[in-house]
Amino acid sequence: MFLPLFLTYLKIGTFTLGGGYAMLPLIQREVVDRKGWIDEEEFLNMIALAQAAPGLIAVNSAIFIGWRVGGWKGVCGAVLGAVLPSFLIILAIAMVFREWKELPAVEAAFKGIRPAVVALIAAPLFKMAKSAKIGWGTALIPIAAALLIWLGHVNPVWVILATIVLTLCFTWLSSYRSSK
Amino acid sequence: MLYLALFLSFFKIGLFGFGGGLAILSLIEMEVERHGWMTQQEFVDIVAVSQVTPGPIGINCATYVGYTTAGFWGSVLATSAIVLPSLIIMLSICKAYFWLSNKFQGNPYYEQTLRMLRFTVIGLVASAALLLIKPTTFIDPVSWIIFAVVAALTILPTALSTVHLTPYTKKVTEIISHPILLIVLAGIAGYCIYH
Repeated sequence: MFLPLFLTYLKIGTFTLGGGYAMLPLIQREVVDRKGWIDEEEFLNMIALAQAAPGLIAVNSAIFIGWRVGGWKGVCGAVLGAVLPSFLIILAIAMVFREWKELPAVEAAFKGIRPAVVALIAAPLFKMAKSAKIGWGTALIPIAAALLIWLGHVNPVWVILATIVLTLCFTWLSSYRSSK
Repeated sequence: MLYLALFLSFFKIGLFGFGGGLAILSLIEMEVERHGWMTQQEFVDIVAVSQVTPGPIGINCATYVGYTTAGFWGSVLATSAIVLPSLIIMLSICKAYFWLSNKFQGNPYYEQTLRMLRFTVIGLVASAALLLIKPTTFIDPVSWIIFAVVAALTILPTALSTVHLTPYTKKVTEIISHPILLIVLAGIAGYCIYH
């Protein structure tokens, strides 16, 4: 099962721009509709697990489907296929990028692109906040996290760890109280 | 030593990169800035390149940083390092799949932690954007105009989601809010204004 998974993920990896979430519809079409490797329900479970686990969503989904379909060989094939296209493209770009950037035309274009990138990072925040069903109270969590990292220069790793530990403590406290 | 530092940094990014995509950016930014592997301008440029080339942003950044700091093998190492935590954790999850989906669904600790992480991830994305608002990226008032126009166009489909649209106008809003088109347009604008 190495080759079929490798080729399918190579196709997915080559034709999805923007990565992560942009990959999901294409994965669905290839893996669920065309190949029938997993069904719709399992696909939804896969998305939930791929998001809950740390790491890149595209890679996580490749691992899940590779494992379900072809065991170890499937995992190797799917992960290689998912990673290889972007690896090769960026490698080629990295080889010439610093020289190209010396060109005044390229540098001018990037002067226009940089603020656009910041906007592209910031704009999905509204959609994310909406789908997370954020309220006035819970809005304090992302605000505190952003301020700690931005102004406090706290490493995001600590913010994530603190979220996990605090949530576990509060959940334990509230279940302890209600059991009393 | 450089190889070890590269490996550890990208392993850490893979291990704590919850939420994928944009949420991973502030982690990468902190690591590359701490080690001086990339300037802030270079980081933004690579994010821009990532938006117009296929593949996950995390892989793109790992490959680029690996290559520019330690050559071809550096890029192989950094890319493997960012994938490795996923491989370990996701495979354990797959092996325990039936057990997990039966026992963990509805478990208050698991559900609450995931819910809170979703909120934190929004903060991580916000911090990635805030960290980039600096004189190196916003060089003059024109930068802010480009920022505002791109932000407005990107939010457009979400803002109009409650309004009834004809299929044609819906298609148009989808096209003009596409990140690739916006980056290309911003590049053309930059060329015309600054060249």
